[in-house]
Amino acid sequence: MIALYLTLLIPLAATLIFALIGHWKHAGSLNLLVCAATFATSLSCAVDVFNNGALMSPGKLFYVDAFNVYLVLVNALVGLTTAIFSRPYMAHEVEIGRVDDARMRLYHSMYQGFLLTMLVALTTNNLGLLWVAVEGATLATVLLVSLYRTPESIEAGWKYFILCGVGIAQALFGTVLVYFAAERVLPGAEDALLWSVLKDHAAELEPTVLTLAFVFLLVGYGTKIGLVPLHNWLPDAHSEGPTPMSAILSGLLLNIALYAVVRYKMLIEPALGNHLPGYLMIGFGMLSFTVAGILLHRQKDIKRMFSYSSIEHMGLMTLAFGIGGPLATFGGLLHMIVHSLTKSAIFVTVGHAAHVAGTQSIDKIRGLIRTQPSIGWSFLLGVVAIAGFPPFGVFTSEFLLFSATIKGWPLLVIPLLIGLAVAFAGLFRHLQPMVFGEPPAGQVPVKANMLPVLLHLLVVLWLGVAIPDVLSRWLDQATIMVVGRGLL
Amino acid sequence: MTLTQLPLAEQFVLTLAALILFTSFLLLAQSRIVSLIHTFAWQGALLFIATCLMALTSGRHHLFISAFMTLALKVFFIPWQLRRLVVRLDIRREVETVGNASLVMIGGGALVLFSYYVVLPIRELSFLATRNTIAISLAVILIGMLMIITRRKAVAQVIGFMSMENGLFFAAVVATYGMPMVVELGVAFDVLVAAILFGIFFFQLRSGIGSLDVDHLNRLHEVDR
Amino acid sequence: MKGWLLALVQTGLLAFGAPFLAGWVKWIKCRLQSRQGPPPWQPYRDLLRLFGKEVVVAEAASPIFRIAPYVVFSVTALACSVVPMVAIGLPTAAIADVIVLVGFFALGRFFLALAGMDVGTSFGGMGSSREMTIASLAEPAMLLGVFTLAMTVRSTNLASMIGYLIEQPFQLYPSFVFAAMGLVLVAVAETGRIPVDNPATHLELTMVHEAMILEFSGRHLALMEWGAMLKLMIYSVLLCNLFLPWGVAVDFAPLSLLIGLGAITLKLLLLGTALAVAETGLAKMRLFRVPQYLGLAFILCLLGMLSHVILEVN
Repeated sequence: MIALYLTLLIPLAATLIFALIGHWKHAGSLNLLVCAATFATSLSCAVDVFNNGALMSPGKLFYVDAFNVYLVLVNALVGLTTAIFSRPYMAHEVEIGRVDDARMRLYHSMYQGFLLTMLVALTTNNLGLLWVAVEGATLATVLLVSLYRTPESIEAGWKYFILCGVGIAQALFGTVLVYFAAERVLPGAEDALLWSVLKDHAAELEPTVLTLAFVFLLVGYGTKIGLVPLHNWLPDAHSEGPTPMSAILSGLLLNIALYAVVRYKMLIEPALGNHLPGYLMIGFGMLSFTVAGILLHRQKDIKRMFSYSSIEHMGLMTLAFGIGGPLATFGGLLHMIVHSLTKSAIFVTVGHAAHVAGTQSIDKIRGLIRTQPSIGWSFLLGVVAIAGFPPFGVFTSEFLLFSATIKGWPLLVIPLLIGLAVAFAGLFRHLQPMVFGEPPAGQVPVKANMLPVLLHLLVVLWLGVAIPDVLSRWLDQATIMVVGRGLL
Repeated sequence: MTLTQLPLAEQFVLTLAALILFTSFLLLAQSRIVSLIHTFAWQGALLFIATCLMALTSGRHHLFISAFMTLALKVFFIPWQLRRLVVRLDIRREVETVGNASLVMIGGGALVLFSYYVVLPIRELSFLATRNTIAISLAVILIGMLMIITRRKAVAQVIGFMSMENGLFFAAVVATYGMPMVVELGVAFDVLVAAILFGIFFFQLRSGIGSLDVDHLNRLHEVDR
Repeated sequence: MKGWLLALVQTGLLAFGAPFLAGWVKWIKCRLQSRQGPPPWQPYRDLLRLFGKEVVVAEAASPIFRIAPYVVFSVTALACSVVPMVAIGLPTAAIADVIVLVGFFALGRFFLALAGMDVGTSFGGMGSSREMTIASLAEPAMLLGVFTLAMTVRSTNLASMIGYLIEQPFQLYPSFVFAAMGLVLVAVAETGRIPVDNPATHLELTMVHEAMILEFSGRHLALMEWGAMLKLMIYSVLLCNLFLPWGVAVDFAPLSLLIGLGAITLKLLLLGTALAVAETGLAKMRLFRVPQYLGLAFILCLLGMLSHVILEVN
């Protein structure tokens, strides 16, 4: 229990402290240290949950079970490794004068604030607080997107703010409707929004209200997931903010929003007695997957390209949870981990690559492997992993998803395969010249710490070759929670 | 149960709901920035009165806290801050012609009808006297959205955004006598932070693109050219 | 028999009270502008004087020009007979409902506009075209507002509408709030008051009603002027009695009739004062803004209708 509180309190304290000393020259190291502490406490929390089952805080405000604790762990891990990357990256940005002291304070404070909101969103038991935390995550990152104050970044920040604000408002309306349905069953109860309470009363909730609520919730949180056609903010926000931001946005924020949708699906689908939520998710997932795969081809900015790849993968996961059933759900849960790790690794690498080339334009990044082999190789491996090549973990989860699709929705396999091929082509078309091409004259290596990338890719590789027993049991527990049956 | 069977206080809440909807329409059509801010403040004031009445008639006194948070935030702080920013950015006299105002108005009317039909199955269920207002609150939310879509000025978009928040708050009040306190506080905090961030953004927009006209935000495209 | 007599008296009251209302508004307005102003009964003198004067008709005028004043006046006077002013339950009330009333006004307006164009002066044509533009926008709003009321009281007959409202204990209908606001805006436009039209001037290029009757003289002019005053009176009585129905006599006992008369007099004087205050405070708007103004009236009436459907029925 204490570990859980510490997991939340450490980032909270750090948010406040960094607001004052975030420009200190060792702030980056301190940030790293804080993230390491958060990771350690979340690890201890995870062990606790693994041994003793779900954990509930005394005020019932926080609730950690098998489903969210592994996301907490992934969250803390990606936060840590991105902090490792962020230290030299931001030092470089300060050096070239793109950010000043005030913005460094903002950056470090909001980095921790963002992690805090993510962790609160994951661990809270209160569905209203979940909304507050997800909205808080937007607010924490919106100024980071416009950190560089270029016209493009301000445009991206404004779009992000308005679109996500509008979208997330729909989710609050959905939450109100759920509370409304719950109040009929539990009149006057302050705890009628608590997940742990609602779950027990799911069958009594009014289906008509919940149907409507789910539509609003899916649209609301779906905006945050980046589902087409609500995705417009996502590529802009990813491409214009500082790269560590892109890494945690893509690796964490999207996952949290999906987590929220899945939580509601767990609640609402049994209450409805039909698969409407699942069908909606399949529809949105398929659309996002296809459209993002096509748009991938038309990008000239490397970060934009990978953000479309994020949309594509989020669509895939939404599809997986929409199909339901143990196989697809297990695949979806696994995909959340591997996508999170791989995509943040890619963004870290891309950040370094952009420093090497001095630009984010795909046409101008050339010959990475000759200028700086470590970046070139990481980039190559990262893209291979995200494209779903064996033996990386993305392949495993996609394979599981495909098996489930063949079983349940055989016709969907055709667009799925075509979509994967299209996205694959889109990525590899650009990969070859960027990695192996002729480097422009005067291109020099930069100071880069490839440890996080290496770590992430190794974990992804490991998950692809052999999922450790601990993790598979864990994911199985989560699968049981989500769909009622396990895979193992 | 029809209107005539309700106590007068609840009839008054219904009338306030209708007036809140009316202010939404005014926001949609209002072209002068300062009047826009004032109309928004009025909407907040109506919301405050409605919440107080609900608190009185239902005896749920925690609603008073929410009501006074609304008063402080939506009636005083946000309009005051927006006004200050408008003065400081020297855009007080700016007039935004709403493109095809009557079409936008008809769109607003259509949204009201749409929300009515969406909410129809829910109304049948509620045992609150004010259930009919759920449709109104959804309409306020959607009209706020319409305002964000049709307006080109950043200030107007922010007001649309905040008026959506008003609709959400109203929905929570009339559907369930407000959310649990911790959520109310959280939402109010988010709104406060959002209001401050919007202020910062105005300055960034002004310095970045030299105008608060979001039509100038056209550098990023879905497909790179 | 008593009912018919009362109806006749009531119509007479409306018809002969109308100039006083117009004079009252003008007098209050002058007072508000720190002017002496003509006394409230000045319109009677003007009308008398005009009736005594010779009629001059333009050479180009067709018979329509000659009959228009009579048609306009008699149609308006006929409208007077169906408006419940002091008492409801009069036999004349069954003749026509509120839709016919709108029809009467439309007929009068039709002849007025024709007469305006008849002589072929540029002013008359301009006035007619403006009048019809405004009317085409005001009428839908007005009907929508009237329907909103009719849906609540389940009748389009004016007397039974008012009767229903008096019988009920006090109710706060959201739809009535909107319909009242919308109908006030429509009434201002229809009776040609500021900010849509300025009744006090013959000299502006933007005038509407005055432009149409510019060619009339003598008793023709008197009838036209009187018709306009009647229209103002009818609208005022309707607004008063529909939205503040208290005091209207439901039976023919002398006391209740007296109360009814006192109540409507008080209401009309107050309404006239409010109108004068509003006219003093507002400036006439540009003609091109009138569609926006009437659009607002339409939206208000539409919202009234919607809030009736959404909030009031189940």
